[in-house]
Amino acid sequence: MVEWTDQERTLIANIFANLDYEDIGSKALARCLIVYPWTQRYFGGFGNLYNADAIMNNPMISAHGVKILHGLDRAVKNMDDIKNAYATLSELHSEKLHVDPDNFRLLSDCLSIVIASKMGYDFTPDLQAAWQKFLTVVVFALGRQYH
Amino acid sequence: LSSFTFPFTRESGVPLSSVLPRMLTVYPQTKSYFAHWKDLSPGSPPVRKHGITIMGGVYDAVSKVDDLVGGLLTLSELHAFMLRIDPVNFKILSHCMLVVLSMLFPEDFTPQVHLAVDKFLALLALALAEKYR
Repeated sequence: MVEWTDQERTLIANIFANLDYEDIGSKALARCLIVYPWTQRYFGGFGNLYNADAIMNNPMISAHGVKILHGLDRAVKNMDDIKNAYATLSELHSEKLHVDPDNFRLLSDCLSIVIASKMGYDFTPDLQAAWQKFLTVVVFALGRQYH
Repeated sequence: LSSFTFPFTRESGVPLSSVLPRMLTVYPQTKSYFAHWKDLSPGSPPVRKHGITIMGGVYDAVSKVDDLVGGLLTLSELHAFMLRIDPVNFKILSHCMLVVLSMLFPEDFTPQVHLAVDKFLALLALALAEKYR
């Protein structure tokens, strides 16, 4: 089981309290699809992904990015048992969506970078450490049901 | 090419020197390479100074972008035979650089610039690891 310090819990709760899901979610997914173009393989039915501008203005991608970001809510509410909280989602990503788990890491890196650009100097090393630890745990839980 | 030299030419030394201290906090396992410095806290002078040295090396590599392997030969030998840093750490440091760039240039660090810088840093890391074996 993952141990969280009080400071980590506070830092992570603060990020979510001030999170603009519409803005951050859409930007993070779009960035991931642009910076790591091979991730586009999972979005064949999402319309125009022809170039960076198309991706950034694609409403289906934006909506999906927001949906994915809300997927993290589950982890915040169940910080002491993220592993089990994501069991069904993990199965979904493995059995139905067939997403290579390494993509979770790529998306979480993009998410950290988008949040850093929003927060500027407030994205302190301690905050980044807590946030990335949180994402690492979620990423691990999402990959757990793959076989 | 010009789109990614832009963030580098605007570097003012001070904020980018925060990359190394940030890495030591976010990825504590990287401290293992700096056991010879007693003070590894973010404000520590040797850490900051070394951060500037490293970022200077990265900035220098921008001018060698057309032949990174050739241009970084001696640095690669240094990292391979003397420093013996596990190349996985190049990825870790690169990520911290991207985070700091994103903080410093929220408007200019667009996905396209991010792509170019990420690609450059990956190639840099590859060139640095060239002499390992």
